Amino acid sequence: MQFALTDEQRMLQDSVDRFIERDYDFEHRRSLIATDEGFSDTHWKTFADLGWLGVPFSEEQGGYGGGLVEAGLILEAFGRGLVVEPYLWTVVVGGGLLSLAGRDDLLAEVIAGDLHLAFGFAEPQSRFDLADVATRGEKQGSGYRITGHKAVVFNAPSAGRIIVPARTGGAQREAEGISLFVIDPSADGVSVRGYPTVDGLRAAEVELDGVMVGADALLGGEGEGYPLIETTADRATAALCCEAAGVMQTMVASTQDYLKTRNQFGVPLSKFQVLQHRMAELFIHKEQSQSMAYMALVRAGQEDRVARARAASAAKTFVGDKGRIVGQEAIQMHGGMGVTDEMPISHYFKRLTMIDTLFGNADFHRRRFANLSGTARAA
Amino acid sequence: MDLELSPQDVAFRDEVRQFIADHLPQDIRDKMRLGQHLEKDDYVRWQKILYKRGWMGVGWPTEHGGPDWSPVQRYIFEEETGLGDCPRIIPFGLRMVGPVIIAFGTDEQKQQHLPKILSSDVWWCQGYSEPGAGSDLASLKTRAVRDNGHYVVNGQKTWTTLAQYADWIFCLVRTDESAKKQEGISFLLIDMKTPGITVKPIVTLDGGREVNEVFFDDVRVPVENLVGPENQGWTVAKFLLGHERTNIAEVGRSKNQLARVKEIAAAEMQNGAPLIEDPRFREKIADVEIDLMALDMTLLRIVSAESAGRAPGPEASLLKIRATEVQQAITELLVEAIGYYANPYVKDAMSAGWNEPPVGPDYAATLAPYYFNHRKASIYGGSNEVQRGIIAKMVLGF
Repeated sequence: MQFALTDEQRMLQDSVDRFIERDYDFEHRRSLIATDEGFSDTHWKTFADLGWLGVPFSEEQGGYGGGLVEAGLILEAFGRGLVVEPYLWTVVVGGGLLSLAGRDDLLAEVIAGDLHLAFGFAEPQSRFDLADVATRGEKQGSGYRITGHKAVVFNAPSAGRIIVPARTGGAQREAEGISLFVIDPSADGVSVRGYPTVDGLRAAEVELDGVMVGADALLGGEGEGYPLIETTADRATAALCCEAAGVMQTMVASTQDYLKTRNQFGVPLSKFQVLQHRMAELFIHKEQSQSMAYMALVRAGQEDRVARARAASAAKTFVGDKGRIVGQEAIQMHGGMGVTDEMPISHYFKRLTMIDTLFGNADFHRRRFANLSGTARAA
Repeated sequence: MDLELSPQDVAFRDEVRQFIADHLPQDIRDKMRLGQHLEKDDYVRWQKILYKRGWMGVGWPTEHGGPDWSPVQRYIFEEETGLGDCPRIIPFGLRMVGPVIIAFGTDEQKQQHLPKILSSDVWWCQGYSEPGAGSDLASLKTRAVRDNGHYVVNGQKTWTTLAQYADWIFCLVRTDESAKKQEGISFLLIDMKTPGITVKPIVTLDGGREVNEVFFDDVRVPVENLVGPENQGWTVAKFLLGHERTNIAEVGRSKNQLARVKEIAAAEMQNGAPLIEDPRFREKIADVEIDLMALDMTLLRIVSAESAGRAPGPEASLLKIRATEVQQAITELLVEAIGYYANPYVKDAMSAGWNEPPVGPDYAATLAPYYFNHRKASIYGGSNEVQRGIIAKMVLGF
């Protein structure tokens, strides 16, 4: 039992932190999110060169033999620096699905930095239910004809492939009968309406109007997509919790600094006990959020579905609840400066707030955790 | 980074678990499960059983009888004894004055006290708080004046836990009235049989007698009972506060109690169905269970850092705050779970050996008192507000 980073994991995280310190200051981020694409291809190539894009995949699949833990640690550092490059969507989510389904050909392009991915798991009516899939995949000859609306598909405007669940059987909210398809956004019938998100990322509404795909577009077996989706969502949730933990670390450190340097009534704000105790709470929240994120990362690599799901849901609930407190309190303690666009803290706040909505918010995961826990004695 | 126990640690866990199953006396286990009052003899019996197995001196150097466990093994022992309905180890001898004597005591003090602490033949209590010195401990006023090879002690201590059982008390006393308040304090060992000591009970809101006032009226204490240099008692006290940080988390005990919440909520009915099926109540349980996981995982990070040889930092405050909050949240759920049967106050039902039928379910009698009693948790050992102050100063640099 060593619930701490190994030397190699520490070195990996140090190298990400160094990249951010050297090449990714806040003004640079501001300029990136103002571009059409919303992030830097040059940085993405650097990530490929440094091996970060292949870190979570096995050597047999062309990766570097790490795992989700390493990807999570990269995202934690990205959270600290508020990096906008779509590592979560292309590598952890899209790459994760390709890896599970054995699509090593496409995975190689991801690892090389030549292919971006998006995953259209949400629909306008689905809210957080991964099984609520109204999009239809009708058998047509040897292939399929796909029709439906995918909502808020992150990274879709840059994606060379979009992976979508579509129903090839079963009723609308059943886990059975969902299939996963790899779609080329340039195919006939695909429309991608891109937009920026409030936290500076890119997403799109994806309409699929009778899109024709071959049998080779299927990821995994027909009607057997749900376990892949759920596994990927739990793994992505764990990684996302790491990003949230990283965001909280910077927010707490900035607020701590601000209270020490801002003078009112002739003393630094840090001398007021009412603020000291609130900061102590934020410190505890960010420490425990990191603990929970790491737990989810470690458990996500395990075979046991319930252990994995419980860990992911517990972490997401905790990070959602505490992230809201950390975000709002950090803004409040920055006073008027906290609500300006000029200060980085407001941008961190927006990212942390939006993370709660991804893959199910705190309430969703609290319910899921409670239902998975049953009445058994606590493990 | 992993959360898997090594094969050796698994074997150790199984060994501890089996030992508890085989050796924890059934009457004590029954009392623990029902939350009934434990007598002095119950604590001592269990501690002597552990002592015979060589498992009492956790955290002590092997030369003084410590079992030489790794931080992970200590974590496992805490967890298993908590899950296994074992009484808590009374900390005043083993975890407080023992390590102080090991670190600061003379050879004579070590020989006189350590073996009997380890064997539980001597019961210790802690003389720190005073009526005017709570969170501001350093403002204590109990005086010790030198007179012919003795200190003459006058003053009052309060909130002294289980002083009614104690053979000895360790005290912070003022030996220099003119120095700054932290600099005139000394650490004294006092035999409770010394003339001039009076113990008076303080009845707490649950009706229990756990804490006491201890009065000192011209109590003569040999100077040999001074630990560390005169006027350096504050240094000794700070060492003690920092010692054995991780056992304050009591994660195993809280997991056990949370399981009890679920068992009771499965037995209690609401609208014709078990309470545990009520979505709102389930989610409340989930929240506490998640907070307990966060405590556990943070504890494991600290244990892992200790295993790697890194000295523990000021995380004791974090653990103390969150551990007591979780404990209190669990007692709230227990009271909520039993509905009306929180009301009856049947004092005899809180001790073993009462032969009349219980009022309501047998698990109900002790739950409301347990809740009321546990409001102490966020107050004792440095209130949670004091702990937040420590984090602000020590961690945040405010």
